[in-house]
Amino acid sequence: MSAWLRLALASAWNRRLSLGLTLLSVILAATLLLSVERIRQAARDSFAQSVSGSDLVVGARTSPVQLVLYSVFRLGEATNNLDWASYRKIAADPAIAWSVPLSLGDSHRGYSVLGTTPEYFVHFHYGDRQPLVFADGAAFAGIFDAVLGAEVAGRLGYRVGDHITLSHGDGGLPGMEHDDKPFTVVGILAPTGTPVDRTVHVGLAAIEAIHLDWIGGAPVPGFNIGAEVVQKFDLTPKTITAFLVGLHQRAEVFRIQRRINQFADEPLLAVMPGVALDQLWQTVGVVERALQAVSWLVLAVGLAGLMATMLAGLDQRRREMAILRSLGAGPRHILGLLLLESGLVSLLGCLLGLAAVSLLAGTGGQMLAAFGLAALPLAPSPAEWQLLAAVLVCGLLVGLLPAWRAYRLSLADGLIPRS
Amino acid sequence: MSAAAIRIDDLVFRWRPAAAPAVRLATLTVDAGKSLFLHGPSGAGKSTLLNLLGGVLQPERGRIEVLGQALGDLPAARRDAFRADHLGFIFQQFNLLPWLSTLDNVLLPCRFSQRRAQRAGDPAAEARRLLAALDLDAAVHSAPAGQLSVGQQQRVAAARALIGRPEIVIADEPTSALDAARQDAFIDLLLGEARAAGSTVVFVSHDLRLAAHFDASFALAGESPT
Repeated sequence: MSAWLRLALASAWNRRLSLGLTLLSVILAATLLLSVERIRQAARDSFAQSVSGSDLVVGARTSPVQLVLYSVFRLGEATNNLDWASYRKIAADPAIAWSVPLSLGDSHRGYSVLGTTPEYFVHFHYGDRQPLVFADGAAFAGIFDAVLGAEVAGRLGYRVGDHITLSHGDGGLPGMEHDDKPFTVVGILAPTGTPVDRTVHVGLAAIEAIHLDWIGGAPVPGFNIGAEVVQKFDLTPKTITAFLVGLHQRAEVFRIQRRINQFADEPLLAVMPGVALDQLWQTVGVVERALQAVSWLVLAVGLAGLMATMLAGLDQRRREMAILRSLGAGPRHILGLLLLESGLVSLLGCLLGLAAVSLLAGTGGQMLAAFGLAALPLAPSPAEWQLLAAVLVCGLLVGLLPAWRAYRLSLADGLIPRS
Repeated sequence: MSAAAIRIDDLVFRWRPAAAPAVRLATLTVDAGKSLFLHGPSGAGKSTLLNLLGGVLQPERGRIEVLGQALGDLPAARRDAFRADHLGFIFQQFNLLPWLSTLDNVLLPCRFSQRRAQRAGDPAAEARRLLAALDLDAAVHSAPAGQLSVGQQQRVAAARALIGRPEIVIADEPTSALDAARQDAFIDLLLGEARAAGSTVVFVSHDLRLAAHFDASFALAGESPT
């Protein structure tokens, strides 16, 4: 049999230009299919792991997806805040190990400002329960200290010790600056691939302090409380936007969730972040399915090219097949040779596609990190192996038609091709 | 093994059940070591008969014995192996795989038949000897077969058909692409080497002029059997 194999390889080598081009299209198709799958998976993972380690996210009653959108992704705005008193009351539950308040609403040059407590840097986890790490500096301690996410610092070129001012709201309106109370950058976080990278973190007290001389969302003309005297005021917040909850026992999560959802003082909503993130992903899943569909189409085009090349080559190969038959090849051998050829092209296409994806993942990982995606895994996932197997099977199926035609031709031609 | 290399009795073959027979042959015997000139007009079923002899086609009726073996008694895979072991073929033209070297083309039968490889002794040396005997310089041995002239290619094909001393060599109009002078030279070389190898030759041609070279001749006349 190895003599047949060697002859098949020599024959394929003789047709290396057309087969090579076909192989190239199969490689490109496999590469596209695999990279879409890998990026999709990475996007999904990085999305689903935007927050981990928190058992519940709690905010004023709204839809779970919206709560996650504004509290985790800083997208849109909370329709309602919740009372500080409610937060204190719930946080006192003995089942709750820790809680971190979140206060949103201000911005710095397009980046969201999050008012929170230093515990945030301890309890907030992302990815596979990874803690936040300081690339430089430390958590805020003074009122006008700020900790920047990696992207904020990187894009705007801030370093520890720089001064920044915050804008009210999304910063779209002129004159709505908190420029009378500048902040000092005291820490910069390492990149996480989550919305944390795009956030300016300050203390809850700072949020209160910059709004002391504001009423109803606007500065009061002629009324100014200087940064140096804010300490004299009570800086305990009256409301917050949301808070994260960690439990002693995960098993308690449904009981606590129910308790919060039935909270008597005001209507609240507690969601398990994983569940809400999944729901949210469903809504953006159309895009991923469209990408998948396109890559399958590209594969179909590549394999159709393979079939066309093989069919077109058959007429030229009738002599070759007659010679093979005179050497003792049966029609089954001819069938096998053609299937082998399409199988080899598909296999090579898969392997080289896989190599190309791994290479891309290795070199393009940083580029993707800039889009907020976690670095791509270098090794293929089980789903990718399944895709490769599917490509291989499709390749063999595509070889069936030319192989069948060659089989019929070699039966009809025998040793004397009619041309 | 009987003294007859090929024995055909009462053979009928049709391409389709309703069609007229493509081959109808009452009897034909070729003795071992002899050469037969098989002629007939186009459409007389010459190619079909060669496919039947090669075991590629199966007759509707009748019996084909090659080297005492009734081909109809063998399953398809065994017929393929039988062909590789005992038959050498030379076609009209385009006999060679153009991407292999001349030498590799000659060696092909030894790769697919243990028996032919063994009978060749040292296949590479035997291939060189045959090529030299057929007037092909050592210079063309390693050249890709596609670069050879038509006349050279037919002689390489003859060397391939003869290597490993198959009992039967079947040539299907091998000289039709050659000019008259080269036709005679080719047939002389072929028959000389076949005699040396002890092979029986079946030579098919429409050109009756060539019949004189052979021990016997047989006319195939399509639907009217001889």
